[in-house]
Amino acid sequence: MGPEVLKDINFSIAPRSFQYLTGPSGAGKTTLMRLILMALKPTRGLVNLFGQDVSRLDAATLTAFRRRMGVVFQDFRLLDHLTVYENVSLPLRVLGKEETSYRAEVVELLRWVGLGERMHAVPPVLSGGEKQRAAIARALIGRPELLLADEPTGNVDPGLGRRLLRLFMELQSLGTAVIIATHDLGLMELYDAPRLVLADGHLHVDS
Amino acid sequence: MSTSESGSREYEPQERALPSNLRREQPLVPVDSVAGRALMAVIAILTFLAALSAGAAVLAARASEQWRGAVANEMTIQIRPDSRRDIEADIGRAVAMAQATQGIESVRAVPRAESDKLLEPWLGTGLDLIELPVPRLIVLRLKSGSGPDLAALGAALRREVPTAILDDHRLWVRRLSTMASTIILSGTAIVLLVLAAAALAVAFATRGAMAGSRDSVEVLHLVGADDAFIAREFQSRFVRLGLRGGAIGGLAAIVVIAALGFLSSRWSAAPEGEQLQAMFGAFEIGWSGYVAVVLVAMVVAAISGLVSRFTVRHHLRVLAWGAA
Repeated sequence: MGPEVLKDINFSIAPRSFQYLTGPSGAGKTTLMRLILMALKPTRGLVNLFGQDVSRLDAATLTAFRRRMGVVFQDFRLLDHLTVYENVSLPLRVLGKEETSYRAEVVELLRWVGLGERMHAVPPVLSGGEKQRAAIARALIGRPELLLADEPTGNVDPGLGRRLLRLFMELQSLGTAVIIATHDLGLMELYDAPRLVLADGHLHVDS
Repeated sequence: MSTSESGSREYEPQERALPSNLRREQPLVPVDSVAGRALMAVIAILTFLAALSAGAAVLAARASEQWRGAVANEMTIQIRPDSRRDIEADIGRAVAMAQATQGIESVRAVPRAESDKLLEPWLGTGLDLIELPVPRLIVLRLKSGSGPDLAALGAALRREVPTAILDDHRLWVRRLSTMASTIILSGTAIVLLVLAAAALAVAFATRGAMAGSRDSVEVLHLVGADDAFIAREFQSRFVRLGLRGGAIGGLAAIVVIAALGFLSSRWSAAPEGEQLQAMFGAFEIGWSGYVAVVLVAMVVAAISGLVSRFTVRHHLRVLAWGAA
């Protein structure tokens, strides 16, 4: 086992809250996000999600919990063989929904993030910013209760960055708890919200 | 670019303009076409071999049934020539005794000329066989169902005509059945081995595909797909590959069997053809044979689906969170 990446961390995310997760590179932001996403098991300690200890969840509940969360990865994690439209509709498709039932909704969201003309393109031909917007759209389409976004404005111009931030805020007002992991001080100054600061594996909250 | 409000205002007219083919029927797990084609070729070849073995087993089963039917309905009495006895009188007596026996439908003494002809293939034509002590044959055709009292007939023959031997072909029937059973058993064993090989090939291919799609699988998990959904995605792909491979292999086997049947019927005029005909009957596997071939192809496809499902489920359990 390697060194401990995170230690003595204790925090909770309130429903409908908005916060930034920040800290220097390598401080453990991505690890913390993976813990929340149940993509990693803590070697010790307790992760409670939606009121339940995740270490005791069975596979079905795990899947149900993941469906209540949306995530934007720093490296986007789009499926390269699917079009933008197919990638964004993935969370609805895996629920077994009919394609006709969500087509209009997906197209509307794609137009909103500025990908209306690119919905038939596959990720390898998209620019970094376009991939980022596709990844954000995929995280939003299922109207999650908790949204985790890892550097969601890292690849877009400041104008679109502000628009995306407004989108996240709108989402919060509709009932989603939002965590945005970012280094971007400019972004954090645009909208004041509590900052969870990770440094040397420890976490403190700047309100 | 529009704001969300204008987006919803524009929504109606735009919705009508939406292309209906937004979602292609694209599998969610990436398809490695080279590996897929290779696996399909392996499945096709294995199905072809298994189907040929199944066809051969059916052919042997049918042929042995024909042999047994033909051989078991017939018996022969052989009269060896003896210089001290009148062979024609012996034949007459044996024929009379056979005719008197219950359960024997017809009795025919093979004339001298005919029995000489039977030796032609070995001795050649133009030989005078009068000088040779050639045994004479009496062919008895049995009534189906009721078995004659062979022991009594045999004993009576030995008493009255010491040069006569009753041959009920039982030894032949036994040998033929043993041979046919061996062919059928080995055919079945080959089919089973090939099915096992197909299952292993699919298992390895599935593992390979899953290892190559690890990222896709993780993304699917994180967007809320459950194991059953992911397993279905992989499974449907391997069932399709299995069905295509099985269909190609099975069709090829049917074509080969039909072509062999056609060729053998073309050759049946030649002496080699006659011998083939004698061995295998008509070279045809009949409906049951074709059903067996189709069944093998379907079983191969089903095995592909089941094995890939099992492999994916197992792999997903290993990939379960914590291990990722």
